[in-house]
Amino acid sequence: MKEVNISELERRFQEKIDNDIRIEPKDWMPDEYRKTLIRQISQHAHSEVVGMLPEGNWITRAPNLRRKAVLLAKVQDEAGHGLYLYSAVETLGADREQTIDDLHSGKAKYSSIFNYPTLTWADMGAIGWLVDGAAIMNQVPLCRCSYGPYARAMVRVCKEESFHQRQGFEIMTTLAKGSPEQKAMAQDALNRFWWPALMMFGPNDAESKHTQQSMDWRIKRHTNDELRQMFVDATVPQAELIGLTVPDPDLKWNEETGHYEFGEINWDEFWQVVKGNGPCNKDRIDTRRKAKEEGMWVREAAMAHADKRAKRKSA
Amino acid sequence: MANREWPLWEVFIRSKQGLNHKHVGSLRAADAEMAIENARDVYTRRSEGVSIWVVESMNLFASDPSEADALFEPADSKVYRHPTFYDVPDGIEHM
Repeated sequence: MKEVNISELERRFQEKIDNDIRIEPKDWMPDEYRKTLIRQISQHAHSEVVGMLPEGNWITRAPNLRRKAVLLAKVQDEAGHGLYLYSAVETLGADREQTIDDLHSGKAKYSSIFNYPTLTWADMGAIGWLVDGAAIMNQVPLCRCSYGPYARAMVRVCKEESFHQRQGFEIMTTLAKGSPEQKAMAQDALNRFWWPALMMFGPNDAESKHTQQSMDWRIKRHTNDELRQMFVDATVPQAELIGLTVPDPDLKWNEETGHYEFGEINWDEFWQVVKGNGPCNKDRIDTRRKAKEEGMWVREAAMAHADKRAKRKSA
Repeated sequence: MANREWPLWEVFIRSKQGLNHKHVGSLRAADAEMAIENARDVYTRRSEGVSIWVVESMNLFASDPSEADALFEPADSKVYRHPTFYDVPDGIEHM
């Protein structure tokens, strides 16, 4: 290879980014770009995997066979999304095993929303509608992310995710049209999940330390606050349509801006949950660790079986 | 051998008869058979495929992107390989 200095490589790299030419695994990239992507994609993968737990909690208690089949399919999709993303993160040279160990040791983060408990069946509705809805807002622009493998994984995820949101909204609609107790259950789920869903977009722009660099690298296409606003604007009319009330006394339509204004998010709560003090943080990680440890013998046996068969073939 | 990680496999899917297999991503599996089963679960949950190829990633060789200019240069200088290089007189509709 010709001798090229780092600043020249960086200049060419940024030029590609600015011209919307995707970066592929073997291309030169700045260390910080690689690190940022490894952090973001692995967090994203962990969120998909941990995200199976709150919903898995209700599979055996779904109210009928249709709901059960749908919920199973959704949770299976989340596992698949985690795998697309771990596959993308490995293209950056990250070790899959290490990535997962970082989740289990608490070094790596995942979406704070999954540290809230799922107390009633209506929570399956609220999660599909709000949590998957917020995830879609985040993920659609990521389909145009500058890193090829991440963008391609997001295209697959987004195609699958819209069924997730619809099934959630269908659960909420059904409950909202049901008995007063059922409607109250739906309202209660909305009350508990509304604010954590808004927190999913992350800190306000002024507080978000990674945003500017990620925008310059076209990993992110919108700021946290822009995405949050898009989500509120899209979701409030949906709540109104099914007769539920968004739990925010400050929420009001602004005719001039064409956007909803909404109240202040409880950032103390957000940071507490991010730091590990949410209602379910410990439980989620313990469950993941246990799954890994208890599945160890299966993985080892599969490897031993493969070795034995390979030996027999070559003999 | 405890804790040995399953090898990485690249997955290629033929979406329907008549089309070629296309790379869709990678996964971990103990052997080829398991890689195909896992690929079915991970990459074809919505009937995206009629055929799967898996290749262990260590057996895949790729060109070096930093040498791409030199590697593909021979084609750049041969515009006469394209039909648009040639003048076709007026009056000829299809050629």
